[in-house]
Amino acid sequence: MSFSVMLEQLCGGMLKSMEIFFLTLLFSLPLGLLIAFGRMSKNIVLRTVIKVYISVMRGTPLMLQLLVVYFGPYYLFGMSIGGSYRFTAIILGFSLNYAAYFAEIYRSGIASMPVGQYEAAQVLGYGKAQRFVRIIFPQVVKRILPSVTNEVITLVKDTSLSFSLAYAEMFTIAKQIAAAQTNFMPFVVAAVFYYVFNLAVAVVMETLEKKLSYYH
Amino acid sequence: MNLLEMNHIVKEFDGLEVIKDISISVKEGEILSIIGPSGSGKSTLLRCATMLERINGGEIRYLGERAAYLGGDGKPVYPKGQEAKRIRSYFGLVFQNFNLFPHYSVIKNIVDAPIKVQKRARQEVYEEARALLKKMGLSDKENAYPCQLSGGQCQRVAIARALALNPKILFFDEPTSALDPELTGEVLRVIRSLADLKITMVIVTHEMAFAREISDRVIFMDKGKIVLEGKPEDVFDADHTRIREFLGRYQRG
Ligand SMILES: Nc1ncnc2c1ncn2[C@@H]1O[C@H](COP(=O)(O)OP(=O)(O)O)[C@@H](O)[C@H]1O
Ligand SMILES: [Mg+2]
Repeated sequence: MSFSVMLEQLCGGMLKSMEIFFLTLLFSLPLGLLIAFGRMSKNIVLRTVIKVYISVMRGTPLMLQLLVVYFGPYYLFGMSIGGSYRFTAIILGFSLNYAAYFAEIYRSGIASMPVGQYEAAQVLGYGKAQRFVRIIFPQVVKRILPSVTNEVITLVKDTSLSFSLAYAEMFTIAKQIAAAQTNFMPFVVAAVFYYVFNLAVAVVMETLEKKLSYYH
Repeated sequence: MNLLEMNHIVKEFDGLEVIKDISISVKEGEILSIIGPSGSGKSTLLRCATMLERINGGEIRYLGERAAYLGGDGKPVYPKGQEAKRIRSYFGLVFQNFNLFPHYSVIKNIVDAPIKVQKRARQEVYEEARALLKKMGLSDKENAYPCQLSGGQCQRVAIARALALNPKILFFDEPTSALDPELTGEVLRVIRSLADLKITMVIVTHEMAFAREISDRVIFMDKGKIVLEGKPEDVFDADHTRIREFLGRYQRG
């Protein structure tokens, strides 16, 4: 296999990895906020269910969760799996897992807001929703950005766990080529890819933090 | 008709009564100062009036409209929806520590609620806000952020923010207590200028000379009760042990 063919295959894998990355963020960031609301709910049943959910998602290996999401429907309901469900399962598994982590980040960010901000908004007549959207959440975003950055960087590397469902993203392909060609090169390319991807992520997050540094 | 009426207000925290059957009323255009030792319940009383705390007894009326009262089950009843919104629009509150929105510029702090809550026209609200800033002596700070201002400037912005909603009555909870001594003057000056405009105000303060000069009426509170109430000179010059003791601490310090 020529280097260019190898590179071409690896590039296909990179795109898939990036797809997993972006879709996971797209779903888990809003879902995490919803879960955070559930976690802070006045309803004790909801609050407890969410608490257990978060604890399980954070307390078991992501790889195991991916396997459960993928094979679960077959073992539990005898549904046929495979085909396009492989990709769905990966996005679902990643999103459910990362949403749990983001939920805890949102929650601590919201809890860290001074009560005076709520009170000022209330006296000024803001409704609950307006108060959250206009006053609280923008400040929470700034507070949690460093923690979110950590998770996002972990996510870049975690996308490689998709190999456990034999999904053809970067890491799976690199492993396949390396085994077939007894060639170490694919791993080097993979390492460079993850590293550069993370550098880019770091730059984006830093820019975001700078943008929000107009106040403190 | 009284603009504000608080009748037989009781407020307890964890079974401990902090406000013990207090009644006050404020007429339109009146300036009422509340003085008293720390922990006597002054802030709690203002927080009850501004619905930041739920009362455990009594009733609150704005312009005769019931803003809070005790229901048949002994639980406080507060209006909801549009009614609540209307009653809230009657009052504004200036906090001890300003509570400006740090992510908004000075002007945005002032215009946001009138535009987003009261749904007033942008243009008009901005013009009014700029006029307010001018009155506060902060025209050049329009685009600054609260973190770039001094405490005195922050408090003046907070006053402008409250005024922008055109409340009928403005509450102040120790507006100068968080400020360095050299910055209190500028805030007191602004409050005095509001008094000249006949804006109804209830001011909790430790600035005794200021309270004496500005108020139509003064209330001296201690341990959750009103001890004395009357014209400034009647309260400040009263031959009453508790107030003499209280004022003595200020004269010595
Ligand atoms: N949220 C609260 N929970 C419990 N106790 C409180 C709370 N707020 C105030 N108190 C108590 O109520 C009393 C009156 O407090 P406050 O109204 O702040 O007094 P002041 O403003 O006159 O200094 C104090 O003893 C204070 O500890
Ligand atoms: Mg107080």
